[in-house]
Amino acid sequence: MVKHQASAIDRTFSALADPTRRHLLARLSDEPGLSVSELARPLSLKLPGMMKHLDVLSDAGLITRTKTGRTVSVHLSAEPMREAMAWLERYERLWTVSLDRLVALVEEEGGQ
Amino acid sequence: MTRTLPSVTLVRRIKASPARVWAAITQADQMLRWWGPDAGPTLDVVADVRPGGRFSVVFRLLDGSEHNPTGVYQQVDPERALSFTWDLPGVHEPQSLVTFRLAAVDGGTELILTHEHLPDEAARRSHENGWNGLLDKLPVFLGDAA
Repeated sequence: MVKHQASAIDRTFSALADPTRRHLLARLSDEPGLSVSELARPLSLKLPGMMKHLDVLSDAGLITRTKTGRTVSVHLSAEPMREAMAWLERYERLWTVSLDRLVALVEEEGGQ
Repeated sequence: MTRTLPSVTLVRRIKASPARVWAAITQADQMLRWWGPDAGPTLDVVADVRPGGRFSVVFRLLDGSEHNPTGVYQQVDPERALSFTWDLPGVHEPQSLVTFRLAAVDGGTELILTHEHLPDEAARRSHENGWNGLLDKLPVFLGDAA
């Protein structure tokens, strides 16, 4: 179970590691429900390449695809990102407090 | 350097020399005095500061729980850069890397700390560009989900 969660967050970070995929997510946050071809158009991506990126995002649970007739529309799914965000926030807290103490330590002794 | 994945980055201007800051982040007796995410005590530090050397810190939080991140030093460039991998035993989470960068500035040191998730090799090859501000958009994504 814990193992499963670990691989899920790895998939999230891995999916987010690609600039094209981040661009796709950013567009979907502005325009939810875009079709696959609308997403592909400004990127000059061939459809197979596009489908590969969407598969990675979908495997990571970052998007969902809905088929209506011949059109597939794509939506963001934010839950996995919440986990990634929690990871970042935890370390931001850890380091903020630690660095504050580090600064206090070296500055207080700086004149010696 | 490529900044590729979600990472925590903190910057501090410190009124002390890079040599002084370097000592504080590499000498076990000094690490004991600041290391830890809250006011709980730092209990033990192992800092074998050379590439391949072992890093280990044990700290107790105010809630009484104890934690022991461990890792292996990667880059050791005195008064300039220090990095080590980061692993929390018993907690399955992404492999990550902590890097301290020091630069002498007027009146002291600028310290830049990053804690980044490490991509697997395939991901590492596939991305050359930066994080592109997507983090700024995360709250929007999360808001959408709420």
